[in-house]
Amino acid sequence: MDISRRDLFGIGGKLLVLASVGATLEQITGAAPPSDAYKMADHWWGMLIDIDKCIGCGNCVRACSKENNVPEGYFRTWVERYQVEEGKQPRVDSPKGAIDGFPPNTRPDLKAFFVPKLCNHCANSPCVQVCPVGATFVSPDGVVLVDKSYCLGCRYCVQACPYGCRYLHPETNTVDKCTLCYHRITQGLTTACCENCPTGARQLVDFKNPKDPVHEFLRHNKVQVLKPYMATEAKVYYKDLDGSVR
Amino acid sequence: MIPGVDGFMYPNEVELQWSILIVLYPYITGLVAGAFILASLERVFKVEEVKPTYRLALLTALAFLLVAPLPLQLHLGHPERSLEMYLTPHTSSAMAMFGFVYLWYLMVVLLVEIWLEYRADIVRMAQTSSGIRRFVYKLLTLGSENVSPAARRIDDKVGYTVTVIGIPSAFLLHGYVGFIFGSVKANPWWSSPLMPIVFLFSAMVSGIAAVLVLYMAAMKVKKMAIDMRCVDTIAKYLFYTFIIDFTLEMLDLVHRTYEADESFRSLDFMVHTRLWGSHVILQIFLGTLAPLAILAATQFWKFREAVRRGLYLSAALLTLVGIFAMRWNVVIGGQLFSKSFLGYTSYKVDFVTREGLVPAIFLMLLPFIIFVVLVKLLPPWPERETAGAD
Repeated sequence: MDISRRDLFGIGGKLLVLASVGATLEQITGAAPPSDAYKMADHWWGMLIDIDKCIGCGNCVRACSKENNVPEGYFRTWVERYQVEEGKQPRVDSPKGAIDGFPPNTRPDLKAFFVPKLCNHCANSPCVQVCPVGATFVSPDGVVLVDKSYCLGCRYCVQACPYGCRYLHPETNTVDKCTLCYHRITQGLTTACCENCPTGARQLVDFKNPKDPVHEFLRHNKVQVLKPYMATEAKVYYKDLDGSVR
Repeated sequence: MIPGVDGFMYPNEVELQWSILIVLYPYITGLVAGAFILASLERVFKVEEVKPTYRLALLTALAFLLVAPLPLQLHLGHPERSLEMYLTPHTSSAMAMFGFVYLWYLMVVLLVEIWLEYRADIVRMAQTSSGIRRFVYKLLTLGSENVSPAARRIDDKVGYTVTVIGIPSAFLLHGYVGFIFGSVKANPWWSSPLMPIVFLFSAMVSGIAAVLVLYMAAMKVKKMAIDMRCVDTIAKYLFYTFIIDFTLEMLDLVHRTYEADESFRSLDFMVHTRLWGSHVILQIFLGTLAPLAILAATQFWKFREAVRRGLYLSAALLTLVGIFAMRWNVVIGGQLFSKSFLGYTSYKVDFVTREGLVPAIFLMLLPFIIFVVLVKLLPPWPERETAGAD
């Protein structure tokens, strides 16, 4: 059978369209991949946050709130604005978790930057340690989750979290927190906050994937985790984190 | 600006998670541990002077121990799941393991000791009473009606052994409550290896004070004479234990002030503002220094009996207020500052909500109601005195 150059372009073009449509469909519908497509043991999730790229727009907070039906007044993620004056305590604000962004900066003369916050999905997590029934746990792919059908609502984990990432859901009366959009990342998607960040300040990373750009990033950049002295083995890494950030 | 918030709190920190009910819980378990330790003075260390309060202290411990889990239950988001702590405990959790410490203390130590102590009385009352009372006492004998001198000797030996096991158990019970707070590394107000021992000694102080008050009140109600040797001795123990407790708390304070780590400025500010009334005024001055001064005076000067009684009662009541303030300052104080050390929130007690003031008051009164029932059921005083008073 002879294949002309025209045929080759035609087949190639169709394949390209199919592939792109396929990927888009999966992203839009969140369709479940074949059952053997996602192996928990092959992943170890975390996040990279580039402080200098964050513009404090609050897109991530809105996206998270919508994607996960976060109750009003509670936050799975939020953004803080730091204004640092030399030799003084930093001034920090996060109006409504920055779900509507920030009001204009009243002190443009100060060093100012935004710090997105979320659960650090610690490998050595104090919240997991204290849960009396094991309702909160680290999944084999490194995500700290809460089994709401098991949680007592004692809130010991809320006290144990050094980062203020947990709250009691007012409707379920169980503890709620960032799941790293587990329902999405196990389908090959990224998190709602990362997807909606207009500057790419937040990047979902898979430490077990040798092809993940995180390895290259960590080789070439200075990064820090929040409150390293807590020794929680946090997996949310911040690039160029200022020493004043708590 | 968020109402009640100064500076910056992480957004999920604004609302306090542990309410006044969680203040009651260490307060009540402390009274249990303290009362039991006082009771064991007579049994194990043969301090004859405190004998009149031996049974009273045991019943006090039981009345409070039965109520201890209730504030926790009321606080849980899902109380119907609380049994999971026993069925599928998470062994690395201090809270889960406390469930077993509690059960051990209730079932193995306190109930057994009380039953052995009262067994002969229960058998006698089962034989002499009638109607429903007879039925209740019959049940309480658990089918063991042998009160021969040989059987009583065995009761006494087993009772002694249980008390010997009970002392470290009582230490464990309340030391462990301290550990539940002291092991939270995220919270510098709580995180301290001194926390279990501070909790333990404050428990002893509050338990001894509670028994002293209950003994004096019971004698008043029963129109019986207060045994002054007994209250003098209890007051002496209260004084000594209080000195150790106060020393430990001051050691913690001095250590924090001298170290002045990154949390210090924030905590210091909190103590001087939001906690000033409950910490400095109520806990330190009124609840510690005032009773210590009163007790010290009774040790150094000889007062008339009536004056001594008044002084002991005042000191014990102030102590109970002071230790309650201490529990408040630990539990509530530990949630008033941000873990960012950049701001403070406030706590306003609700009134009739599930975790409000009304259920808290009810839970605080409930042990006294149980205590009255227990005293009726198992009279702590020798028969002749009770009969004489009646």
